[in-house]
Amino acid sequence: MKFETPQTVEQAVALLAADSGARVLAGGTDLLVRLRAGHIAPSAIVDIKHIDGMGEITQQADGGWRIGAGVPCAAMGEHAGLVADYPGVVEGAELIGSTQVQGRCTMVGNLCNAGPAGDSVPALVAAGAMVRVAGPNGTRDVPVLHIPTAPGKTSLAKGEFVTSVYLPPRGARGGDAYLRFIPRTEMDIAVVGCAVNVILEEDGTVACAGVALGAVAPTVLLVAEAAEALIGTKCDDAALAACAAAATAAATPIDDKRGTVAFRKDVSGVLARRAAKLAYVRAKGD
Amino acid sequence: MSRIHVSTTINGDDVDYLCEAGDTLLDVLRDQLDLTGSKEGCASGDCGACTVRLDGRLVCACLVLGAEAEGRSVETIEGMAEGEELHPLQRNFINKAALQCGICTPGILVAAKDLLERNPDPTEEEVRYWLAGNLCRCTGYDKIIRTVLETAAEMRGAA
Repeated sequence: MKFETPQTVEQAVALLAADSGARVLAGGTDLLVRLRAGHIAPSAIVDIKHIDGMGEITQQADGGWRIGAGVPCAAMGEHAGLVADYPGVVEGAELIGSTQVQGRCTMVGNLCNAGPAGDSVPALVAAGAMVRVAGPNGTRDVPVLHIPTAPGKTSLAKGEFVTSVYLPPRGARGGDAYLRFIPRTEMDIAVVGCAVNVILEEDGTVACAGVALGAVAPTVLLVAEAAEALIGTKCDDAALAACAAAATAAATPIDDKRGTVAFRKDVSGVLARRAAKLAYVRAKGD
Repeated sequence: MSRIHVSTTINGDDVDYLCEAGDTLLDVLRDQLDLTGSKEGCASGDCGACTVRLDGRLVCACLVLGAEAEGRSVETIEGMAEGEELHPLQRNFINKAALQCGICTPGILVAAKDLLERNPDPTEEEVRYWLAGNLCRCTGYDKIIRTVLETAAEMRGAA
């Protein structure tokens, strides 16, 4: 096994395209576990953290945010500007693992690991986040929603890797939230996760919304019906109830030791209602 | 295949070593550099017994490759005392018996020191969350949490 430290995106793409056994290393909190367990035997490890921008969180000219693929989740929580604009995205990212794992793990790694229960993914999907994908044919911007295709599978082609996440400009009246259900208080895998992102009119009416569910389908779900239940309302009880019902209806979970189908569907609605309320309060800023 | 040459800083000292691509930082610390204070509990990032600081950030050394330490700064439990002078956390863990078998202790001390440097006055809840990735199968945590809180108070008083 080789260890490569490309200095540019082009070098990294060339290494990945030339060797189908090569694996990308960012935070390593999934890769090293699988390596040690013998589940993978890569021919090369390509550490992308030496490439410019991989460790950066930068506000773009349009007011949106670009978060490099090597940014550890702990660094997101320490970034006051990002936390102010996207508290839900940050709270999802900060739920992954322990303090020590937070020091290494990345949102892009969580996304490309393609686990159905990845905690940082629903809030990105609810916010309409994009990722920048570099590959042999140049770069393309792809909605986060379209990266995972099945548990453990992504839409990335050979030689491609994600270089950054882009969050759209927050604007004057926007807010988001991510909530999950786990049987303990920390360090666990979501039984259900739900993120809501809302943007309000001046009078407090919801102009635009995104509702995303994790852990209740093979990939993260963007639930249009749940978002439509909020749009045009001030998140009153009737709107929240309709949002919850739509989330429950959209969830297609499996039965396993951590939760039954019926329980997960019910909790999907509960979390959608609570996350919508919290996102709305944050968007209003009072 | 040729091994990878790494130049890094460990506890303030310049260190050079050779490692294989698949060697973790924990493998290098323990097996090559005789820095055996960092323990291997799970080797999968769950237990925190191998906690070190890498460029000022807490990480599990079992989830870092040795080759990744090139040009970076590593702090281990061996760098915690100033010569013979124990860090207040170390002294109090002994005096207040905040350990039993001791395997988890180096990782907990490194993590607790990092917490108190970031937040000199944490609540009990903050200490418990911060140390949630440091498993202890002996103590039930109570003495550990109390000792961290009492040391924080002592260090604030001394400052």
